Amino acid sequence: MCATEKRWDLIRRRTELELRSDKKNIKPEDLLTISVSPHIQGRDTATLIMLWVIVALLPLTAYAIYVCGWSAVTVIASSIVGSVSAEFLIQRFRHVPVSIGDLSAVLTGLLLALTLPPRLPFWMPLIGGVVAIALGKQVFGGLGHNIFNPALVGRAILAISWPKYMNTSYLVHPKAWAVNTAQIKTINAVTSATPLFAAKQVRSGALQINEGTYVKPLLLGNPWGAIGEVSALLVIVGLLILLLRGIVDWRIPVCFVGTVVILSSIRGQNPLFAAFSGGLMLGACFMATDYVTNPMTSWGKVIFATGCGVVTYLLRFHSNLPEGVMFSILFMNGLTPLIDRYIKPRPFGHSKRSIVPAKEASEQ
Amino acid sequence: MNIAKKFRRRYLVKGGIHPAPMKSTASFVIAPGPAPDGVIIPLTQHVGAQCEPIVEVGERVLVGQKIGDSGEFLSAPVHSSISGEVTGFVRHPHPYGHEVLSIQIASDGKFELSPGVEPKGDPFEMSPEEIRKIIREGGIVGLGGATFPTHVKISPVQGKQIDTLILNGAECEPYLTGDHRLLLEKTREVIQGGLILKRAVNAREVVVAIESNKKDAIEMAQEVGGELGVEVISLPSRYPMGAEKTLIKTVLGREVPSGGLPMDVGALVDNIGTCYAIHELFYKGMPLVERVLTVQGDGIAGHANLRVRIGTLVHDVVEFCGGMVGKPGKLIIGGPMMGLAQHTTSVPVIKGTTGIIVFRGETFFSREPAHFVCIRCGRCVRRCPMNLMPYAFGAFADMSMWQKLDECHIDDCVECGCCAYVCPTKNPLVQLVKVGKEGVVRYRKKMGSYQEED
Repeated sequence: MCATEKRWDLIRRRTELELRSDKKNIKPEDLLTISVSPHIQGRDTATLIMLWVIVALLPLTAYAIYVCGWSAVTVIASSIVGSVSAEFLIQRFRHVPVSIGDLSAVLTGLLLALTLPPRLPFWMPLIGGVVAIALGKQVFGGLGHNIFNPALVGRAILAISWPKYMNTSYLVHPKAWAVNTAQIKTINAVTSATPLFAAKQVRSGALQINEGTYVKPLLLGNPWGAIGEVSALLVIVGLLILLLRGIVDWRIPVCFVGTVVILSSIRGQNPLFAAFSGGLMLGACFMATDYVTNPMTSWGKVIFATGCGVVTYLLRFHSNLPEGVMFSILFMNGLTPLIDRYIKPRPFGHSKRSIVPAKEASEQ
Repeated sequence: MNIAKKFRRRYLVKGGIHPAPMKSTASFVIAPGPAPDGVIIPLTQHVGAQCEPIVEVGERVLVGQKIGDSGEFLSAPVHSSISGEVTGFVRHPHPYGHEVLSIQIASDGKFELSPGVEPKGDPFEMSPEEIRKIIREGGIVGLGGATFPTHVKISPVQGKQIDTLILNGAECEPYLTGDHRLLLEKTREVIQGGLILKRAVNAREVVVAIESNKKDAIEMAQEVGGELGVEVISLPSRYPMGAEKTLIKTVLGREVPSGGLPMDVGALVDNIGTCYAIHELFYKGMPLVERVLTVQGDGIAGHANLRVRIGTLVHDVVEFCGGMVGKPGKLIIGGPMMGLAQHTTSVPVIKGTTGIIVFRGETFFSREPAHFVCIRCGRCVRRCPMNLMPYAFGAFADMSMWQKLDECHIDDCVECGCCAYVCPTKNPLVQLVKVGKEGVVRYRKKMGSYQEED
């Protein structure tokens, strides 16, 4: 029996005692309730937070469905079905209360779908959703206990297992209104992959393109890439919703994107192209800000996000992967417990020196 | 300089929350409370040693007569708040949760004053020792809820000089408006009381600190304070602005060291209600026998600021205000953030009772017993005014890891409840902190005894 339960048991027993002894004819609902302070509560609940993140993702999702058509609907739907049913079945199997009502599985499914190319066969997002919940979350003990971002775990497994599907199912969305058809044809003629991959080929000398021409489509309607990369502007709109609701910390997206932009422009890349291409905006605004897998303190968050940025830059410029956001976030997720261990706020009334030697003091 | 100070007040003091103020009684004039048929006066109403009764059963006592006292330094005497006959010494439920030896007095309805109740003379011609003695005899304790004996607080300590006296009018708890009303109606008396304290501790400055949401009180205090040479400071409205350490940091920019006293940084904080009680004691001779409290909440018919005699049963006050409405939910003594929920209405009003708040059974908030679930949102860390990590307290206390708790500085927690208030998964963090503190004490004892064996 854990400490909380013991305490509650005590309170319950005491109320029962009073019920039995001198007030025999009093019904339990006539008794006053006792509990520890505070007796009022803020309005935000975990479910409400999940709901707001989903709401923040809705404009992006809707635009993506408009641009990509039914194939995107299939991917999003099967991913959500996969994650929610996996959560339900595993919690049943573990004999713990089923918590699909808290919307966290729905959010995982949606986030996973947004990182996937729109032309995947339906069974892949389904497997991705199941893997995300099973290996990303439930295997650690459920909500709040996972080390890695579940959606990215799902995507990583898919990317490693079926790289052919994952790298070639990007389609050219003809409805993306920011680019004209001629432009699509030109770019498509030289490369069938994402702008980032094209940029990589440019660096290796295989291709000649102007990164600047990509910026406008990346912002307003990117015809190449995953579902959630369709418009960086709508990702920023979603981020603003979350910032206004006080759900995410501004430090993570700012430091993450800022680091990548600075490092990439040192290497001569167009800074706007670096910021808006690939999954960077989606990753920095919705993946890296996942509560469970980033550090608790403000300085910890800064270190975490800067680390994500550095790793993303390294993967983008010094590896043969087309995109580095997913692995950079997963890598820094793994370092989060370590960051939390060393970055602690200075308690009120303690001098800076007295934080660390607390352990030594107790040993003496 | 002034802008820098304001900036510091606004931004450099970390943490805190903005609960809905719910201060609908702020415009209600302080009314006299019920005239009880009898009172039950607990012999422990303060931090420190319990008093011994100094009256006999059957004896007639008068208003303001001392009925219990202790030889200990850290203690404060108790006085009768009505005139009548002592009918017995009983163990009676106390707002703190246990049963305490209390003196039962039946009223004769006359409220006759004791002959000892007379003005004590000009306090500004007395020596600090005399002032301290009178304050002790008056049974004055901190009326903000902590009930620390005031004469102990103002006793000089070797090598420590108090330069600033802060009169705490923050009243950051939602629902409570007693101090606000006192500041409005008894501005001069409150500040006079503060000046008496200033004389007792030989401080250089007196500062009245009021939260910015009490504009009228700030204006009033500035008007009177200007005459009497007292500075008035507007604090940002944020809970827990009235917590002693937070207040000192906000007003003076000084940080009370962990485990230390305000005196260590040359400050002294006293509540508005305490200052008023000191004024009454010196100019009218009346010891602490009544206090102002707020009756509020959706579970009670009438809301009011009342001047209630100490020892009046909460039951009488509730009936005086029209009784409870709806199904009984929660009865809280104090504010909703730090107050204590009561299991019975038969507890008496004591010196530290700042308010009586009743929530209806249909609507009150209650944490269900559940496992500790943390989604690591970090809100508790951001909101903690003491810069601690409440989520770690919760997790470690739930797993009974006492050594870890000790390393996380659980002793610095003031149990303000900000963390539990903002927690999206509604973890009972304050409760876990209380469990944790007990566990840490046990753990230290155990470790101490091991070391002795070695």
